[in-house]
This record gives sequence, structure tokens and C-alpha cells, in this order.
Amino acid sequence: MYQALMDEPSITLVPVAREGEAIPVAAGLFVAGQNPVISIQNAGLYEAGDALRGLALGIGLPLVMFIGYRGHNRKGDTPDSAATFLEPYLHMWRVDYFVVESDEDLDRVPLAFELAAKTNQPVAVAIGTEYAKSDKATGAVQGGPQ
Amino acid sequence: MITYTDACRVINDSRDESVVVTTMTQTKYWYQISKHPDLDIGIANAMSKASSVALGVALGKPERSVICLDADGSLLMNFGSLATIAGMAPENLYHFVFNNGIYSVTGGQAVPAPGVEYAKAAEACGYASVYRFDDVESLDSSLSEILSSPGPVLIEIMVKGQPQAEGIDQTWESNAKMPLQLRTLRKRLTGADDWGPGGPYL
Repeated sequence: MYQALMDEPSITLVPVAREGEAIPVAAGLFVAGQNPVISIQNAGLYEAGDALRGLALGIGLPLVMFIGYRGHNRKGDTPDSAATFLEPYLHMWRVDYFVVESDEDLDRVPLAFELAAKTNQPVAVAIGTEYAKSDKATGAVQGGPQ
Repeated sequence: MITYTDACRVINDSRDESVVVTTMTQTKYWYQISKHPDLDIGIANAMSKASSVALGVALGKPERSVICLDADGSLLMNFGSLATIAGMAPENLYHFVFNNGIYSVTGGQAVPAPGVEYAKAAEACGYASVYRFDDVESLDSSLSEILSSPGPVLIEIMVKGQPQAEGIDQTWESNAKMPLQLRTLRKRLTGADDWGPGGPYL
């Protein structure tokens, strides 16, 4: 995904040194009339807690946050606490979210943008580690890049 | 040493129509004299993030200068932003750091390393230029040239710290100020009055 973002000419990538910077940079970009999204991992979202509180929820920022759901799997159990805590963490902050695990779920992404704009609140899109590309020719589901 | 009042006065004299992002003690002094409150953001209720918000505005509006009035304690908490800013290299960003060696708003405790030289740190990260001032005359005489040079520039200002006995108010009204400022600034910068209420304060 990172390579795809870098290759897309209509998108300017702002690499940050830590995830806590991503939300305030996005807030500044929005104030300046741009359309920012952020893309960080679940562990980084925990690191960014005070920024999420003060400069997203606190100001009513309509921001879609793409969150890598590290450790998530469809069996339900995981040794990775970064996965264990993601959804309880989002519930705690009262952040609405959508889980995207395969191409079949991609129609949830525009819903996230609509919800963020309608509520003036951040909305998360959690991208499952086992994200799978569907093969439309055969209907088979294959494991995609991690 | 430079006083907060003097530093804010000379910056205000030279700001023209720059956006100014302030935080902590600087905000109190800045609000007393700012000649363009509609172009100001006082970062409150969000620890250490003035430099990052300023970076976002600078990248989003490259034709307008953005001044950040940061503090040593805040920058220590968001130290990585020096590298992030240097990496994006916005030519319109002027990053002031008020260095008083203490956490004023929490009672005056010393920062972990009071001798950190923020101008040198920014230079090492790759800022276009850096300065350090400890007298207001030098700051005043240099400022208009600095603000017309390409950024990112870091200007470290040595100030005498005074612990704030009263701390910072956390009221519904005070916490509504930043969300309102952000909406005012978006309207000013884009011409669109399209950011409605949201969050706990509006």
C-alpha cells in the first residue's frame, strides 16, 4: 500500500517520525483546505492517543484513519496484543470503524468518508493483516500482501 | 535573556499576514498583542503538537508563511517533528522555539536536559537555516531578513522562565476556543464556510 501511495501522483505522502504527528499534521492540512487521510498501524494509534483526543475528537475533525490491523486473524485468537486491543480501544474513544479484510469489503471505505463528513468526527478503517484479493474470474480468494 | 513580551512584540511586528500557531506560555503573551487573531491558532488541550499542526498548514498553503511559536518542553515531547519537518522542507515554515528550561505551566519543573540547543538539533536534522538569540535587539534587527529567507528555519529564543502559579484553565469555553479558531482559519484560507460543529466543545 505504501508503494502504491508513493506511485499515485494525485497523493502527496507526508512521512512522519512517529504516529502522534500524523493527526496534527492532518488537522493542519484540513485547515489549509486539503483532504488528508492518515495511514498508521494499530500500535501507532495507541501511541497517538493524546493527539486523537485533542486534535481529532476534540476539534471535530472529519478524518478517515486507515489502521493496519496487525495481528488480526479470522480464527479469532491471536498472540499479538496490538490486535487484541484495537477494537476495545476504538470503542473506548467512541470512534466508529469499519473492518476491511478483502476486496469484497472495499465498499466500506466510501462509507467511512461519508460518515466522517456527516459527523465531523474521525472514522477508522481497520485493514486486516490477512487482507485478501479476490479473483473475480474464479471467485477464489487468495492471500494478499501483508 | 529575552522577555516573552519583547519576543512576541517583535515577531508580531514582522508577521505580516502569516498564520501563527502558538502553544503554552507563548499563547498567553501572543493573544495580548496579535494583530491578526483570525490567522492565529493557540494549540491547547493537545500536548506538544504545535509544530506538527504548523507543518500541516504550511504544506497545505505553500504560498502563505506559517510561524510556529513552540516551546522547549513541547518540542522535546515532539522531537521527531524536527526530522519530519526537515524531510518535507516547507519553504514557508518558520519555527520559533522559546527556550526557558522549565515546564512553566505545571509548576516550573526543569526539563530533562536544560542545556539542549534546539537550533543545533534542527541544523543536524536538515533545516534550511537556524538561529539562536538571547537579546531582543539582535532578534529584532534580524527578523525581517529571516522571515524572507526560505524555510524551514528554526529560531531559538532564550527566555527567562517563570512558573505559572495558576496553571491552565480547562473550561468548556476555553476548550471551545481552538476548534473555533481552526474553523475561522479554514474559512479565511479557503473561502469556504463548510466545517460545521463537531466534538465535545462545539
